[in-house]
Amino acid sequence: MRIVAVSEPSEGVAGNTGSWRLMKPVIDRERCTKCLVCWIFCPEGTIVREDDDHVHIEYNYCKGCGVCSNECPVNAIDMVEE
Amino acid sequence: MFRVLTGNHSAAFAAALSRVQVVPAYPITPQTQIIEKISEFVDTGQLDAKYIRVESEHSAMAACIGASAAGARAFTATSSHGLLYMGEMVFWASASRLPIVMPVTCRTIGPPWNIWDEHTDMLSLRDAGWIQIFAESNQEILDTVIQAYRIAEDEKVLLPVMVGLDAFTLSHTSEPVDIPSQETVDSFLPPRTGKPFVLDPSRPITFGNMAYPSHYMELKFTHNKAIEDACEVIAEVDREWRRLVGRGYGGLIDEFMCDDAEVIVIAIGSSAGDAKEAAKSLREKGVKAGVLRLRVVRPFPVQSIKRVISRVKAVAVVDRNLSPGSGGILASEVKSALYGLHKPPFVKGYVAGLGGRDIAVGDFVNLFERTLSSRDEGDDRSEWVNLNLEVLH
Amino acid sequence: MNLRLTDLDRREPLLRGHPACPGCPSALGLRLIGKALGSDIVLVVPAGCFTMIQGAFPKTSVDLPILNIAFAASAAAASGVSAAFEVKKSDVPVIVYAGDGGTVDIGIQSLSGAAERGDNILYVCYDNEAYQNTGIQRSGATPYGAWTTTSIKGKAEKKKDMPAIMVAHQVPYVATASIAYPLDFIEKVRSAVMMHGTKYIHLHAPCPTGWRFSSDKMVEIGRDAVLTGAWILYEVVGGHWRLTGPSKNLMDKRKRKPVQEYLKAQGRFAHINAKLLEAICSQIDQQWEEIEEKIK
Repeated sequence: MRIVAVSEPSEGVAGNTGSWRLMKPVIDRERCTKCLVCWIFCPEGTIVREDDDHVHIEYNYCKGCGVCSNECPVNAIDMVEE
Repeated sequence: MFRVLTGNHSAAFAAALSRVQVVPAYPITPQTQIIEKISEFVDTGQLDAKYIRVESEHSAMAACIGASAAGARAFTATSSHGLLYMGEMVFWASASRLPIVMPVTCRTIGPPWNIWDEHTDMLSLRDAGWIQIFAESNQEILDTVIQAYRIAEDEKVLLPVMVGLDAFTLSHTSEPVDIPSQETVDSFLPPRTGKPFVLDPSRPITFGNMAYPSHYMELKFTHNKAIEDACEVIAEVDREWRRLVGRGYGGLIDEFMCDDAEVIVIAIGSSAGDAKEAAKSLREKGVKAGVLRLRVVRPFPVQSIKRVISRVKAVAVVDRNLSPGSGGILASEVKSALYGLHKPPFVKGYVAGLGGRDIAVGDFVNLFERTLSSRDEGDDRSEWVNLNLEVLH
Repeated sequence: MNLRLTDLDRREPLLRGHPACPGCPSALGLRLIGKALGSDIVLVVPAGCFTMIQGAFPKTSVDLPILNIAFAASAAAASGVSAAFEVKKSDVPVIVYAGDGGTVDIGIQSLSGAAERGDNILYVCYDNEAYQNTGIQRSGATPYGAWTTTSIKGKAEKKKDMPAIMVAHQVPYVATASIAYPLDFIEKVRSAVMMHGTKYIHLHAPCPTGWRFSSDKMVEIGRDAVLTGAWILYEVVGGHWRLTGPSKNLMDKRKRKPVQEYLKAQGRFAHINAKLLEAICSQIDQQWEEIEEKIK
């Protein structure tokens, strides 16, 4: 039993934050140049960097902030309505 | 080894013997010699500790919390305004369940500025969740600071401890003090364990993030349970210390001639010593006087108090403190402890010695007698001792 | 700068699904600290946005050891942690991650004390330029002219120059950084942590919620702050000043984008008139003149 305010690390402490979004980023894998700009700027860490530096998004937690789409230098990420 | 030590130096020697590891310290009269002495111990290599010359008391307690959370044995000392300035962090330390020990040289709170003996400072933080122990003598200061780490670090407790010592009367007055050897203290006080938690990258945890109403109350329950469980630990630690060095203080309370007493004075700190002198002289006159010194004020020793005074004819509670609008703090707490008794004793509260004014042995003699006569008159109104409003004209 | 994004680790100490606003620069800042240093660190976090981003007990969104502490006390608590580590002969870096309010206002005393003593901590201030967590109230770091809930006509006072105050403490390392220039920030964090003593990094953190712009522009606005010259990237190592990143080339005013481009994009500057704009621009010019003196 806990006797003091010690908390354990966990994904999803705010629940399913993917439910927050109004728009969803969709990556065009063909267009993607694997520059990793979207990956570094995601405040959620919800863009997963694969072994070969391709990226995909973990939609469970993506809040749809749009930073990735705005920053992609080759416009490979579109924000689409869900 | 006997040395003539002031109360402040007694606290410093105890800290060094306790092998404190991190000492964040900020000076305030009349605590300064505690931290000066420890600084000297560190600078001359007698104590292997990190001394942090913090820039305020608030930072002193914050640094103690950081150090203790990182697994070190932390120590600081303060008084009066310094204690109040760190007030927020004092609450933080106890709810963090960190075994920090802090002597408090109990001093009056201004304005007007007053550096002399009064207990309002430490008692005003009785709700902060710390164990609070008050010493009567310099020997007790030394012994209690060492005991305090044993109590604080006990896994049933895991709470910080304040050790109160009277400003100037103890802090700056010398008496012969028996300093136990380092071996003796080492056998009594093992190194800290990693309880209740340690900041360590190999086991990442977050301490102290937010808790909703759904969870907060239960943490306060465990905090409260720990301080209540501390009663037993405090008594046992004192007994063990007595077995080790031949000196003990009665655990939670120090009973002096109480067994057959008809009138008892309840007091804390060094004034209890003067009350004991008064009691002795009254005994010679045939008055069955006794003194109950509350060594521990938090946790408040309700059962012990009831045991000693339930059948006493009259009780005087002498408060060298004031909670304006409620009177002496200990008087309220004692009366509260007696609630529910079928025939509670007569209790009269006295506010005395504010701003460091002396409460002489003669004052206690008068007080004992006044309490008995008040009881016969049925006058349980609280009184102020030696009040002289002339000085304000 | 030789560091590239591909050099950075995949590990994410900031776990997904945390409570930060969409597009939060403070969350991003901590992710970048994780990329810079990995997970062998201890964080000290005072009250502020990042407190809440951890979520509620008994869970936390951060996979690092964290000591949460009261608002004014982060530097002092960190000094204590650092002292304990020294006693235990551990070289785990102690990092404070504090907001601007907890740094330039209520936290300044304990930070000044730690700096004066040279306590071995890295203090990173994520500057979202107001008390954002409590609802966008003005702090000493709010820029001149900016709307907040307690400066509804625009802040009448200049932004407190915290990096300069830290330089005046003669600490070994002071830098400014921006979440828009992550590699610059990461390199600064890594340089700082290799030094002994009090190190300070002031991280510009454009807050969509508090500055009133849509979240997708968070990095773009951070970038414009630098490219217009409103935010200068520099580091001061042992008292020697040097510009970093794009700021290196912006001493010449003509190379800076017009300041309006930065201000216009933010709702908190929507009220500004020509006079206020001129005042802001001349303050920015003056900052550059002063820094020119220092880098000579």
